[in-house]
Amino acid sequence: MYIRTEEDEIMVTISMEIQILFAALLFLIGLIGFLVRRNIIFMLMSIEIMLNSAALVFVIAGAHWLQADGQVMFIFILTVSAAEVSVGLALILQMYHHFKTLDADALRKLRDSRENEDIPQ
Amino acid sequence: MNTIFYIAAATALLSSILAITNRNAIHALLYLIISLLSISVIFYILGAHLIAALEVIVYAGAIMVLFIFVVMMLNIGMEEESEKKWLTPGMWIVPAILASVLLVIFIYVLKAFEYEQAATEIIGPKQVGVSLFTTYLLAVEIAGILLMAGIVGGYHLGKQKKKVMHRFMVKDGERK
Repeated sequence: MYIRTEEDEIMVTISMEIQILFAALLFLIGLIGFLVRRNIIFMLMSIEIMLNSAALVFVIAGAHWLQADGQVMFIFILTVSAAEVSVGLALILQMYHHFKTLDADALRKLRDSRENEDIPQ
Repeated sequence: MNTIFYIAAATALLSSILAITNRNAIHALLYLIISLLSISVIFYILGAHLIAALEVIVYAGAIMVLFIFVVMMLNIGMEEESEKKWLTPGMWIVPAILASVLLVIFIYVLKAFEYEQAATEIIGPKQVGVSLFTTYLLAVEIAGILLMAGIVGGYHLGKQKKKVMHRFMVKDGERK
């Protein structure tokens, strides 16, 4: 393993708490986006932000304890994210062809109420 | 180096906020790519060079291209009507206050414990690869199966199905 010397002057001396705080803020932004937006493409993008911040925590922890496991976990999260995006975007395409909208609130046929009758098929 | 971290973190946060508040889908995707790139800078600073490269290639390269293709295929308009109701201040001010209280608690808990300084050693691709193909070999196989399921699912769901009609209901032009 390559260990840097003092003369390199490229040391990161930021404490781990600030780095985890940054990842938490990023997760919070993604969560707010997921809860606020109703356009389903933006909801998928917010899920991407959240997955990315979770992976960032893994890498921060791996860099802190000098283990490669954090980066391995990042690669797995990347795999899961890619599979999720491909299936999710295919579902969005089907949704747009069936309902002609991207509003997530338009898909409420499973809701058990009388409101279902005014929804266009 | 610390200054670079702070600048990259501020850029990531700002561009993520702009990405989720934008009404135009393509502009939001561009902001999201900026956010991913600045997170890649942070990975590089942390000594995870392989991960920084993968973030740019796979996230900002492949996944965002998928998003952009779908947005272009759908030919999305500027805004949805129901989101105007959601984005009024009365709707989000109270949950925002509650969330900031939680944030203050989180900062306090993190401050209460003494952590050491962040790592300055590089964890190289060789170390990651050895760990990936010895300790996590089974997980790699499962990830391969997951990607296969993603391919099959994407193909099946993205396929345009033909409308099935009775043979007497075929339009005149299509009858042989």
